[in-house]
Amino acid sequence: MALSRPEIHAIVKERFGDGVVEDHPEARDPYIVVKPEILEDLAFFCRDEPRLRFDLLSSITGVDYPDRKMIEVIYCLDSTPSKHWLIAKVLLPRDDPRVASVEKVWRTADWHERETFDLLGVNFEGHHNLVRILCAEDWEGHPLRKDYVMPETYRGIKNVIY
Amino acid sequence: MTVAVKDIRTEEMLLNMGPQHPSTHGVFRVVIRTDGEMVLESESHIGYLHRCFEKVAENNNYLQVVPYTDRMDYLCAMANNLGYAETVEKLAKIQVPERAQYIRVIATELNRIASHLMAFGTYGLDLGAVTPFLYAFRDREMILKIFEKLCGQRLNYSYIRVGGVTFDITDEILADAQRFCDYFDPVIIDEYDRLLSYNGIFISRTANVGVLPVDLAISYGVTGPSLRGSGLKRDLRKDEPYSIYNRFEFDVPVGTGEMGQLGDCWDRYMVRIREMRQSVRIIRQALKDIPPGDFCEKKAFRGVKPPKGEVYHKIEGARGEVGFYLVSDGSVKPYRLKARGPSFCNISVLDALTSRGDCMVADMVAIIGSLDIVMGEVDR
Amino acid sequence: MNLDTSGNLNPDPLLKNLVFMNSVDYLVNLTRASSVWPLTFGLACCAIEMMATGASKYDIDRFGSGPFRATPRQSDLMIVAGTVTHKMAPRVKRLYDQMPEPKYVIAMGGCVIRGGPYVKYGYHVLKGVDLIVPVDVYVPGCPPRPEALLEALFKVQKLMKREKIVDRTRRTTKPEVYQPV
Repeated sequence: MALSRPEIHAIVKERFGDGVVEDHPEARDPYIVVKPEILEDLAFFCRDEPRLRFDLLSSITGVDYPDRKMIEVIYCLDSTPSKHWLIAKVLLPRDDPRVASVEKVWRTADWHERETFDLLGVNFEGHHNLVRILCAEDWEGHPLRKDYVMPETYRGIKNVIY
Repeated sequence: MTVAVKDIRTEEMLLNMGPQHPSTHGVFRVVIRTDGEMVLESESHIGYLHRCFEKVAENNNYLQVVPYTDRMDYLCAMANNLGYAETVEKLAKIQVPERAQYIRVIATELNRIASHLMAFGTYGLDLGAVTPFLYAFRDREMILKIFEKLCGQRLNYSYIRVGGVTFDITDEILADAQRFCDYFDPVIIDEYDRLLSYNGIFISRTANVGVLPVDLAISYGVTGPSLRGSGLKRDLRKDEPYSIYNRFEFDVPVGTGEMGQLGDCWDRYMVRIREMRQSVRIIRQALKDIPPGDFCEKKAFRGVKPPKGEVYHKIEGARGEVGFYLVSDGSVKPYRLKARGPSFCNISVLDALTSRGDCMVADMVAIIGSLDIVMGEVDR
Repeated sequence: MNLDTSGNLNPDPLLKNLVFMNSVDYLVNLTRASSVWPLTFGLACCAIEMMATGASKYDIDRFGSGPFRATPRQSDLMIVAGTVTHKMAPRVKRLYDQMPEPKYVIAMGGCVIRGGPYVKYGYHVLKGVDLIVPVDVYVPGCPPRPEALLEALFKVQKLMKREKIVDRTRRTTKPEVYQPV
C-alpha cells in the first residue's frame, strides 16, 4: 500500500522524535535530514517496519559543500512491495566525516559505501573492507571534493595535457 | 560434488580471471580461489574503466553532459539519455511536447531490443555457440541503420536531450521501424528460440546454474531482467511510470523456473528474449498513435538553468534501474550529478552466488553472461 | 626452357603460370599480411564496433583477421579499443610485452589517441595509449565506423608489406614505464 512522502516522514518522526533534524515535504523531491547517530537504527526501522518495508537501497550519494564545511551523505530508499520512496540525508563535518555503515541492513551498501569513501573520503564505521573500489589502489586524494587538484603525473606518466 | 579420493593431497589454487578476458564483458577482474574445478570463493575488482563521469558533469553545462551519459551504458545509450533528460526536466519543470515523447519511446524501445540482441549474441559466444552471435548482429545492424538515419550515429547517440529530441523523425524512418517490427517479431524470435533457447547443450549449461533467490537479489540491489528472472514482477515502466508508458499495453515477463530452478541463468536469459517481444508491441502502438507537432521545447533546447534544488529520478534501462541524483545551485552547470548504474549492483551479487560451493569455473562464465553487465555503467 | 639469341629465358607456356619469382621478403610479408590475428582487447564502447567489424555485415574474416585470439602469445595485432585508465594501463603494457615480434598496435577511438572527451577533467584516464606502447595506426572517431577500422587494418597490412628480413630496426620501443608495484 503506497504511502505518500509526508506520511512516511510522519511515521519516521513519530518513531525517532528529535533524531529527525529537518523535514522538507515541500521540496521538489521531499527529503528528511537525520542525525548521524540514529542512522543505523533508522535503517533497521525502515527495512523492518511493516508499513514502510524499504527493502531496496537504490543508491548512497555524497555531496561536498566546502562553504558550509559539510559533507552530505544521501540515502535513496525504495520499497518493492509497497512502491514508495524515501530520501534521507545526514550532514557530516568536512574534516572528519564518519558515519555508521548500513552494510548489515542492505548488502548493496557494501559497494556503495566503498565508492563514497573512494571519491569523497567518508569513513563508514563498521564496514568490513573499506578500500578504494573505483580509482587505482595507490591513488591519492578524494577526487569528488571541490578542492581536488588533478595530479600532474601518476607513476611517471603525464596526466595533465592542457 | 567433488570426487574425494582420500589419499590424494590437493591444494587450493588462486586463479585470476583478469581484466583482459574474452568472456568478462569488458574490463572486469575476478580473483577465484578454487579446489580443482570447484570455486570456493571469488572476489571481484572493478574500476578498470573509471572515466570520472561525475567530475566531468560538475565542470560542464547541462547540454555538454549529454554525450557523457551515453558512454556510461553504451549499449543502451538512449535510455541513459532519457534518464538524464527526465531528471533535469523534473527539476526545471519543463514540459516536453507530445510528439517528442512518442519519438523518445520508439527510440528507447528500439535500443532496448538492440541491447538484448547483443546480450543474446555474446551469451551464446561465451558458452561456445558462435552462430547466434552472427544472427544477432545481422538484426542489430538493421536497428543501427534506423538510428543512423535518425541521428547520424551508430552508437552513443546523444539524441534525447533536455526538452525533447535533437531531430524530427521522418515518415521514411517510421516506415522503416514498422518494417523492422513486422520482420522481427514472429519470425526472428522464434528462430532464436529454435537456435539457442531450447538447445540441449545450452540448457544443460544454464539451467540450475547461478540460482538467485529473490530476497538475496533485492538485498544486493539487483534490478531489471536479472531480478525479474527470479520471479519478482518489478518494472519501473509499470510500477512508477515515467514519460508516457502508462498509455501503452504490454506485459512484464518474469522467470518461471521452466527448465530448472526459479532464478537460474536460463530464466534470466529467457526474460530478455520475451522482453524483446514486448518492446516490439510497444513500438507498434507508438507508431500507430504518434501525433504531429513539435519535436522539442525550443527554449529549453538552447540552454537550461534549473532552479536551486535536488531531485532523484529513476527509469528502466535495459539492465535495470538507471538513477540520476541531481543537485543544482541555480547555475548553468550541475553542482553534483550522481549516476546509479544498474550493472554496479547487479555484478556485486556475483561474489555471493559463487561462494555457495556449487559453482564450477565454467559456471562463472555462464553467470556473468546471464547478469548482462556493461563495464561503462559499473565504473562510470 | 631454353635461351634465345638475346639471352632471355623462354619459359614453356605451361610453366609460365606455375612458376612465381619474387623475393623471400615479399612472400613472407604477403603471408603475414594475409592473416593478421588480432588480440581481443575491447575495453569500452569501441569494442562494440570492433565486434560489429567481426560480425556478418562488415566481416573482417574475409581479410584474414577472423580469429580474434584471447591470448597475446598467439596474436600479432593489438587493437586498443576503448578508454585506457590508469588502473588498466600497467596491464596494457604487460600484454603488449607478452606479444611476440613482429607486433603492431592500432589505437582505435578518440580516447586512446589523446584522452578523447575525457582529456580535460578525467583524472583517472590515460591521455593516449602511445604514452605506454608504440602505436602504428590511429583511428579517430567516437566510435569509429567499422569501415574505418577496416581501413586501419589495410594500413597495417601495407606496413607489413614494407618489412625486410635483414633490417629489423622498424621502430624503437618506448622506455620502461609503470614499474610493477
